[in-house]
Amino acid sequence: MKITTARRLAQIFFLALFVWLCLVATVGPAWWQWRGWPIAWFLQLDPLVALGTVLTTHSFHPSLVWALVTIVLTILFGRVFCGFVCPFGAIHQFVGWLSRLGLRTKDQMAGNSYRPAQAIKYYLLLALLAAAAGNLLFSLVRASRDSVWVALAVLAVAVSALFWLTLRKIIAGVRRAIVVGALLMIVWFGAAALLSAERVTLAMLQIGWLDPIPLIYRSFNLAVLPAADLAVEKWFPSGRFYSGAALIGVLFAGLVLLNLVVPRFFCRILCPLGALLGVLGRGTLWGISKTGAKCTECALCDVDCEGACNPMGPIRVSECLMCMNCLDNCPESPPIGYLPRPSSGGEITTHGVTRRGFVTTLAVGLAAAPLARLDGFTKSDWPPGLVRPPGSVAEEEFLARCLKCGECMRVCPTNVLQPAGFAHGWETVWTPALNNRIGTSGCQLNCIACGQACPTAAIRPLTLEEKLGTGDYAAQGPVRVGLAYVDRGRCLPWAMERPCIVCEENCPVTPKAIYVSEVESAVRDGTFSLASIDGVVVRVSGARLEPGRFATGDYTCKLPNETRSRRIVANTADTLTLDAAPATEEPPPPGATVEVRVRLQQPFVDPSRCNGCGICEHECPMNGLRAIRVTADNETRSTDRSILLKGSR
Amino acid sequence: MTPSDNLSRDPAASRREFLRRGLQAGAAVALTGGLASWLWNRHPPGDFNRGAASALLPDFSDTSMGPTMAIVTGKNRAAMVRRALEALGGIGRFIRRGDRVMLKVNAAFATPAILSATTHPELAAELVRLCLGAGAASVLVTDNPINDPESCFNLTGIAPAVRAAGADLVLPRAGQFAPGTLPGGRLIRDWPILREPFRGITKLIGVAPVKQHNRAGASMTMKNWYGLLGGRRNQFHQDINGIIVELAMLVRPTFVVLDGTTSMMANGPTGGSIADLKATNTLVVSTDGVAADAFGATLLDKTSRDLPYIARAAERGLGTADFESLQPVRAAV
Repeated sequence: MKITTARRLAQIFFLALFVWLCLVATVGPAWWQWRGWPIAWFLQLDPLVALGTVLTTHSFHPSLVWALVTIVLTILFGRVFCGFVCPFGAIHQFVGWLSRLGLRTKDQMAGNSYRPAQAIKYYLLLALLAAAAGNLLFSLVRASRDSVWVALAVLAVAVSALFWLTLRKIIAGVRRAIVVGALLMIVWFGAAALLSAERVTLAMLQIGWLDPIPLIYRSFNLAVLPAADLAVEKWFPSGRFYSGAALIGVLFAGLVLLNLVVPRFFCRILCPLGALLGVLGRGTLWGISKTGAKCTECALCDVDCEGACNPMGPIRVSECLMCMNCLDNCPESPPIGYLPRPSSGGEITTHGVTRRGFVTTLAVGLAAAPLARLDGFTKSDWPPGLVRPPGSVAEEEFLARCLKCGECMRVCPTNVLQPAGFAHGWETVWTPALNNRIGTSGCQLNCIACGQACPTAAIRPLTLEEKLGTGDYAAQGPVRVGLAYVDRGRCLPWAMERPCIVCEENCPVTPKAIYVSEVESAVRDGTFSLASIDGVVVRVSGARLEPGRFATGDYTCKLPNETRSRRIVANTADTLTLDAAPATEEPPPPGATVEVRVRLQQPFVDPSRCNGCGICEHECPMNGLRAIRVTADNETRSTDRSILLKGSR
Repeated sequence: MTPSDNLSRDPAASRREFLRRGLQAGAAVALTGGLASWLWNRHPPGDFNRGAASALLPDFSDTSMGPTMAIVTGKNRAAMVRRALEALGGIGRFIRRGDRVMLKVNAAFATPAILSATTHPELAAELVRLCLGAGAASVLVTDNPINDPESCFNLTGIAPAVRAAGADLVLPRAGQFAPGTLPGGRLIRDWPILREPFRGITKLIGVAPVKQHNRAGASMTMKNWYGLLGGRRNQFHQDINGIIVELAMLVRPTFVVLDGTTSMMANGPTGGSIADLKATNTLVVSTDGVAADAFGATLLDKTSRDLPYIARAAERGLGTADFESLQPVRAAV
């Protein structure tokens, strides 16, 4: 079998596997639903996910151990992940191939030649990593303030690393070296003396915007498959809706269609994961190499090159996607092969990144997180409408972990989990939040699917016991995502004197977090003048009643000398029929006031019981703006948002 | 050579060209005019006065003579429902060979069967088996639950149980609801009703648990028909007794099964704790849902006077509140 055939089969297999893993990420008993499949496996394979979360959380989440496999493979064999495994890469390769069908060899070759713009992906990688690294860098700065030895060690490492990377070119002589060194020390120790990390977080994880694996997961989970769901009603009877899905879908389609302009535009120019693998694989043991055997320089190897890495030579090692097309195209295979030695045609192992570009990008990346947090949305101006799924860690930690991959939103059985939009700042875009209006219900009491689906534990995998606060967790109580508030200005029994309490009925907590207080309220235009009383029938005069209006079972009649009012069971234009005759021996005189009242149950919320599930909000018949709404107040994950006194029940 | 060159040089060709263009233009004009007249609509959108009253669901009620209510005490739901049906003359009195049966369960909430907020799967499955045993051609099971439909049917155990028993499950889809207006109804006017699955159905059985319900007092067989409503049906809680009566007018079942083996005494209709439940060890089968509910009220330590919808339904001639007048057959298993 030709190596390119093997590659195509691998790509088809991994793309199919990817789609399958997205498809099965739903809760249910069918064979095509989540039966223990490793639904986030491609995210776990992604070294940029691992590196990004290590930088922001300073810890390596065990589920991401697969990333080490990719790293080792890349160091040994080059970017085989891009060429053989990446499902997004497979789509790009296929669409690129379609768009170039029938092209002349000359044009084909022009499309597949190296472009300086391919350096952009390294800048993007650097900016995304720098934005994630601020806290780590800062803790080093702080450590060097607290201990001279740490300071010296950090300085030694930093200076030699910088020297090796770039400074050797600026530092012409000893005097300049001393000046640059002194400047660096002033900046470092000045930062150590001045900066305060307690005020603002210096890091954020935003790799999910462009990292192809979270990107393709998000696109499939929130746009491609939901569109299919709507078309194939059989699988998803209720259909799935995601706010902002159009933008996600358009970005996905746009990136795929850019293959019509430049083949593998995303892989070559934008992909930060490709850039990371390019850096890791720049010294790859095995790679595309010219052997030194007689080569006619026919350039056929360059024609179908997916990475635009110029295999005829000198080859750009970091750009090579290991598509192996060059080996296939070579008319006499000896001159080129996949070999454990450098190419005799020469190798370029740099990435086209300039020194100034590097320093500028680093600075921009480092500045991004503190700038974003100037919004104050992780501090006092936290958005109450951003209700996180149950098990979410506290907001700053959450943002340090969430990849915007959409796995939790795909797996959520009620579709209540939605990608946040731009309303709460750029940093929270496409992170999960509850929207109790859009799905089939609120957050289900006995469901823990989202935490099980999350690959980075931004949503902790809760047990049902912990979520419900039973068994070992009885003392700490249930996990609350927020708190429901009754809007008395919109609530039927509170504002409009009409019975309702759908919210109380649907509250799944036991005892119910929503309880009612019964009141009897005088009805508008409900005061009449008594004509006579005959058993259970009260006749009134001077007014025409709407027949049946007071017969719903919710209205009562209060006679002047009765202590309690009695339920009305029927009414005509001038009579009210009560469910029992008045108990008084002395009937009230004609002309006395008869008052019709409505019995109302007015809902209240007990904050010590409400878990914020939002089922009440979903069911509230106030269709537009609901009369009971959940905000993130009182959520378990952040103590500073609690509204109850400690120990109060 | 462009057509205009043609036109200027050769008069014959130019005439031909003129005719060709003329025909083309004429066809385009005719097509535009035709489309416009075909799509012509004098009425502005949004007619607010829709929905003439019509019979929305067939009358499935049993008109044969015989006892109309059986009250069986015991703990085993399957045995109780078998015994109750025997007492009424056997399932064969209701279900005949070739019947297409709809079983309306209460699957409102995504909670396990042990919490008794929904129809017990063993009871639903036994009814399916009985119907199929009596020669029914098919049995469909449906409800339009409050929580996520798939989660409800699966978590309650109803889906696997009735499927194993040989029934087909109908998960409500938007396309299966059609607006309708109940003759003599005040609330069900131009309202989406789950009608599509009832095509070809010849018998309807309702099966509901006994639950306390803060707004309605109790949720039993009549309230169970709520699950055939679509749309923002929660609005009807403004007149809960009214809507329950209209539902009883809308739906005339072959018979109903009221399962009071375990009754939800508090925290209903969702429940959520075994502490809310009480073993009342009673199951009712009746062709009169009003009577069944009037009896069910006693299991909740209430009387039918606490539930205004019972008296109002009786007034409408939908059944009797005085269930003893039906001389119910009593048995124990």
